Amino acid sequence: MSSTERANFKNPVIRWIDQRLPIFTLMRKEYKVFPVPRNINYFWNFGAIATFMLVVMMVTGIVMAMHYTADTRFAFDSVERIMRDVNGGWLIRYVHMNGASFFFIAVYIHIFRGMYYGSYKKPRELLWILGVVIFLLMMATAFIGHVLPWGQMSFWSATVITNLFSAIPLIGDDIVTLLWGGFSVDNPTLTRFFALHYLLPFIIVFVLLLHICTLHVAGSNNPLGINAKKPQDTLPFHPYYTMRDMFGLLIFLVIYAVFVFYMPNVFSHPDNYIPADPLVTPAHIMPEWYFLPFYAMLRAITFDISIPFTDIILINAKLGGVIAMFGSIILLFFLPWLDSHPVRSARFRPLFRFFLLTLVLDFIFLGYVGSQPADAELLDIPLNHLGLAATAYYYAFFLVVVPLLSKVETGREPPVSIHQAVLQADKRATDGKNE
Amino acid sequence: MQQTERMNKAMKTIRLVIFTSFSVLAVVLSSVAYTAEPIQLPRQDWHFSGPLGTFDRASLQRGYMIYRRVCAACHSMKYVAFRNLEDIGYSEAQIKAIAAEYTYTDGPDDEGKMYERPGLPSDRFKSPYPNHNAARAANNGALPPDLSLIIKARHRGPDHVYGILTGYEEAPEGVTLRAGQFWNRYMPGHIIAMVPPLAEDMITYEDGTPQTMEQYARDVVTFLAWAAEPMLEDRKRAGMKVLIFLLIFTGIMYAIKERIWTAVR
Repeated sequence: MSSTERANFKNPVIRWIDQRLPIFTLMRKEYKVFPVPRNINYFWNFGAIATFMLVVMMVTGIVMAMHYTADTRFAFDSVERIMRDVNGGWLIRYVHMNGASFFFIAVYIHIFRGMYYGSYKKPRELLWILGVVIFLLMMATAFIGHVLPWGQMSFWSATVITNLFSAIPLIGDDIVTLLWGGFSVDNPTLTRFFALHYLLPFIIVFVLLLHICTLHVAGSNNPLGINAKKPQDTLPFHPYYTMRDMFGLLIFLVIYAVFVFYMPNVFSHPDNYIPADPLVTPAHIMPEWYFLPFYAMLRAITFDISIPFTDIILINAKLGGVIAMFGSIILLFFLPWLDSHPVRSARFRPLFRFFLLTLVLDFIFLGYVGSQPADAELLDIPLNHLGLAATAYYYAFFLVVVPLLSKVETGREPPVSIHQAVLQADKRATDGKNE
Repeated sequence: MQQTERMNKAMKTIRLVIFTSFSVLAVVLSSVAYTAEPIQLPRQDWHFSGPLGTFDRASLQRGYMIYRRVCAACHSMKYVAFRNLEDIGYSEAQIKAIAAEYTYTDGPDDEGKMYERPGLPSDRFKSPYPNHNAARAANNGALPPDLSLIIKARHRGPDHVYGILTGYEEAPEGVTLRAGQFWNRYMPGHIIAMVPPLAEDMITYEDGTPQTMEQYARDVVTFLAWAAEPMLEDRKRAGMKVLIFLLIFTGIMYAIKERIWTAVR
């Protein structure tokens, strides 16, 4: 480290510290002069927004943990106490509760951006994989966090989701017992979920640091998907992107604030304001909205898969559903190798673009399927069959369409340099104005 | 050049296709979502709804009176304390007097004995039954739910509770109700164990408000909405300030960003 070249700081204190611990040099390199392609659009804002949401969740979460009681007898009451008696408690809780939804909104857009502009391709494969790890950790954290208020939906979705693990052959039942800390969802489940809900965000922070380090090795991708080659192709991170990210973040916060202050309960199920009762099963058990597409995939598999012409069942319906659900996320890990097309950005791949946007529609439709009762119908077709078709498309996209397009699609030739493309776009814009 | 032109046209078509499919999907799904709920709740205008809505104080106090005289016979409200009544316009002395009407078991005292004492402003509303089993035993096996959060615990809570309170009807032909069961238009499944709680002129309003069942129901729902979300007014007021702050800040950031970026364009 001693051989690191130091930036020249005027302030003697900063210089003194920097010579012994070059954090100021590091910050300068990574957050001030760090080159960012000059053509990135507002989709690139959502990484910063998601990071901000993580901080919001951790700060509000730690404050709530000071007032929360992880005990089945008191958990619901302690949450009501936060809402009614703790100073500003209602604000902290609504910020946290809606924060989970907005964190997922930011992350879903962030993932979409990565797929659309091919940010998962070489040299950013590991960056993408670390992102998927963060997504998985987030899902685990959000799920167990939703259990903590110990309302009806907390209890019953905990029961349904933890039961899924029993589908794993041989060791499934032991895993479920371990998750529960007993033989049903009960006090030991709540206490371990609380401990894990406090722990996991710190693991997310750790993986996020790796995610950011990896990003700073390869640099940001951009809408053209071509590498930045010359200094004209980039701008320093500060002030150009710090200021623009701030502006984007504020717009996001305005929308977030509207929900926190004017419709704080629209994202959550009313049943969660009923204390958990193991003897009363709600009519429709439903996960939070951000899990609905995956929930639909879980319910889509209603048939056993057996060896043809025999009665030997290879995968029963339950295990099939679990595989379909978890597999859908595991697939994301392999995306960099499923897609070997040399062009990154969907801008120059009309076919890929069409199928990707269809996937987005498909995913939204799966979310709708997941929100409906299992026996619902749409235009006289059992909704579950449509859910199965949508699940099939999801898988086909990754396993058939993307590998096939990598071979077949010629696409268009991306421009040679970012600088050139930006100049041309500006010229066209001014020409348009003059006409 | 011609190729790019053709490409642009293709892009436009794709965009159109995607936009159309989104719209079709939205239309189809919304109609389905509409039919998914077979019970159409009566839509009411509430003083407390909307971004500037506040609680009507007079209605709150009338609602509390009805809660005390009617609902509290069977329904607990264990998250609300007498001291909270200050929010709905009662004075400290009035609250002390109201609380003192109830007796609470407290203790143990210095000799280790439990004793009875009058209620204090810090006490939560007294529950009519000592536990769930006692409540079920007294109500044909049905458990009267705690009302502290009832408005937030139902889809479209205020309309739902208003519907239940006013929705009692004769059971349709062919339906036989057991003793202690009633037919309610807005109850999921239509069979309810609650005795019709409200009737015209059952409680005298001294301020000249009409003594109809609908008015009683509206007042009680207003009170219950306050009980479920006592910080509603604070929340909306704070929301205004936060939004104004954020919007100004956003405007400033936009100006700064524009200024910095014009240099490189």
